[in-house]
Amino acid sequence: MSDVVLETRDLVKHFPLTRGIVFKKQYGAVQAVDGVNLQLRRGETLGIVGESGCGKSTLARMLVGLETPTSGDLFVQGRNMSKVGAEERRRGRRNIQLVMQDPYTSLNPRMTVGDIIGEPFEVHPDVVPKGKRRAKVQELLDLVGLNPDHINRYPHQFSGGQRQRIGIARALALNPEIILCDEPVSALDVSIQAQVINLLEKLQAELGLSYIFIAHDLSVVRHIADRVAVMYLGKIIEIGTEDEIYDKPTHPYTQALLSAVPVPDPKLRGQRDQIVLTGDVPSPANPPSGCRFRTRCWKAQDICAEQEPLLVVRDKSDHPSACHFAEVRDVVHATE
Amino acid sequence: MSTDVNVKMDALAGVDPNALPLQVKNLHVEFRTRNGIAHAVNGVSFDLRAGETRAILGESGCGKSVTAQAIMGILDTPPGFITGGEILYRGVDLLKLPESERRKVRANRIAMIFQDALSALNPVFTVGFQLAELFRKHRGMSRKDAKARAIELLDLVKIPAASQRVNDYPHQFSGGMRQRVMIAMALALDPEVLIADEPTTALDVTVQAQIMALLAELQRERNMGLVLITHDMGVVADVADQISVMYAGRVIEEAGVNDIYASPAHPYTKGLLESIPRLDLKGHELSAIKGLPPMLTNIPPGCAFNPRCRYAQEVCRQDPAPPLYQVSPSRTAACHFWKEVKGDE
Ligand SMILES: Nc1ncnc2c1ncn2[C@@H]1O[C@H](COP(=O)(O)OP(=O)(O)OP(=O)(O)O)[C@@H](O)[C@H]1O
Ligand SMILES: Nc1ncnc2c1ncn2[C@@H]1O[C@H](COP(=O)(O)OP(=O)(O)OP(=O)(O)O)[C@@H](O)[C@H]1O
Ligand code: SF4
Ligand SMILES: [Mg+2]
Ligand SMILES: [Mg+2]
Repeated sequence: MSDVVLETRDLVKHFPLTRGIVFKKQYGAVQAVDGVNLQLRRGETLGIVGESGCGKSTLARMLVGLETPTSGDLFVQGRNMSKVGAEERRRGRRNIQLVMQDPYTSLNPRMTVGDIIGEPFEVHPDVVPKGKRRAKVQELLDLVGLNPDHINRYPHQFSGGQRQRIGIARALALNPEIILCDEPVSALDVSIQAQVINLLEKLQAELGLSYIFIAHDLSVVRHIADRVAVMYLGKIIEIGTEDEIYDKPTHPYTQALLSAVPVPDPKLRGQRDQIVLTGDVPSPANPPSGCRFRTRCWKAQDICAEQEPLLVVRDKSDHPSACHFAEVRDVVHATE
Repeated sequence: MSTDVNVKMDALAGVDPNALPLQVKNLHVEFRTRNGIAHAVNGVSFDLRAGETRAILGESGCGKSVTAQAIMGILDTPPGFITGGEILYRGVDLLKLPESERRKVRANRIAMIFQDALSALNPVFTVGFQLAELFRKHRGMSRKDAKARAIELLDLVKIPAASQRVNDYPHQFSGGMRQRVMIAMALALDPEVLIADEPTTALDVTVQAQIMALLAELQRERNMGLVLITHDMGVVADVADQISVMYAGRVIEEAGVNDIYASPAHPYTKGLLESIPRLDLKGHELSAIKGLPPMLTNIPPGCAFNPRCRYAQEVCRQDPAPPLYQVSPSRTAACHFWKEVKGDE
């Protein structure tokens, strides 16, 4: 069996823009995700970073089946999810679970924690027999560091960090191999973030999970990820190991993004090679021709408007980068 | 009528130009709610010099915004009440002024920007109109002059094509541009103090970098004092001169930026710094602070941090709370064991 547990090929999601109420007429589309190819290997953590609106959540929602791709293929354990029968698709889906950003709104306030965590068993009754479910839920509570006796409490009786643990317990209920975390710690305070990150790493080691970890905090992603994909306007523009992306970024956007992150060390003040981008992110309904980053890029030439740069390894980049002029630039001067 | 923005039309009695632009002394704020009294601010003090950036750092709910609201005179009363302390603008205690006098200070001398620009801007008026109104009201400018000033300001905060965008409504701007508009409004009347409450938290890092660079530039030009409320330790390291760390409504450590990062003297500050992912911690567990911040209706006796603190001893669990010990001539920390924490012992 292959090492790749999840793979996408040219995955696309366009949201139609329509006018009119009775006779809806499409006049365009938001190109939320536009041709994404990625592979997730067993036991690894793939980080996905990029600015608001670049398509991270839409991609995640397609991977867990909450959104139907406009085109492209999704392979789970080598099986093409759009080609298999309903039963196999259901089993494939069971294997991928989502942990969402907002611990305040993602849990139903009228359900007890026990019911929330046990809810997936209603859809997949074969995973744990009915009589053993309560015990299983308590085991899950214990696993994520919550008191198993609190099984009958309601979400509002828990803090943000604890609610995120409930979300993680629920995601683990069906013994998935793949967990997708969409901004799992963004809503939490720094001191609580660390608790949740430690928990995720512990669970990965104990259960052999593979993670896709979406976050806008680049230092959190660096801490947890083995490989990192950088997205811009619906496309992956650079992908590589954590070292390659952070120490040897080659796409101008990745470089700008990394250089914008303030370093928590006042001794390095003013020493950062800060690239301040001008202009706003273009609308995903009307992305620029060629390279989508060219309107904000200081290296752009004519070719950038004419030809879309492919996500490939180039002369001056040892990992895939979608820039015609990909070249290493050291932007983060580490403290070591 | 003069169009010089620096002419303040409203004179304020008792102002001492040699006094600090802002001093907060032993401020207390409580919220009287159905579930009891929430002690949101419990004796906060700090000074702000002209041209200085003071960061107020702390976890959600520790009283940062309430402190700012009390300074601005926009506290939600009831349920919020200022129960003690002084807020001095150049020696004048703002808490003793009638609302009519207070209004002269707001926007004119002390201005504020908020995390959420959209809710601070009025959706039914154009951005230009909202800016121009400030000049008409506070500076008595003509409609035409006020609009010209509005365009100048939009230009100053680097809104492209300002003379056209001046006629747009807030929703027609991106998040980063709205934040610029709010900065423009805050700076319109040339205040001496700017309070920025999480000005970039809702923005992407590249936009955050633009906004922080802009704020720094404007601050330098005007020698303005900046109170920066944030929980981002990276931003603080980048821009702050002085730092006040808050926990459960108190300042628990105060020091210059280099001292705080190099040798924190309070276990909470130390814990915060240790929970940031760092390169050398890759593959290791982060050292999280255990537990949760207290409910403000039920702050533990003694040091409010004691249930989460790895240095805590019996004395920490007993009232009174540790005072702000003088760690060095220029820094304080409210921990009985600050020497141990700092590594002096
Ligand atoms: N149901 C929908 N209908 C129309 N457009 C949508 C829909 N969902 C998302 N979009 C658009 O698709 C684009 C990508 O959105 P998405 O939520 O995937 O971004 P994101 O990278 O997760 O951003 P963030 O960091 O803010 O969470 C955005 O322009 C968004 O407005
Ligand atoms: N209008 C209000 N009514 C009742 N309680 C309030 C009100 N406003 C604030 N509080 C309470 O005062 C405390 C301090 O709130 P504050 O908004 O100052 O926190 P903060 O430090 O700014 O947090 P954050 O980082 O989340 O913005 C909170 O516990 C909050 O519940
Ligand atoms: S391809 Fe061109 S526009 Fe795109 S990032 Fe590279 S240089 Fe910039
Ligand atoms: Mg998202
Ligand atoms: Mg606040």
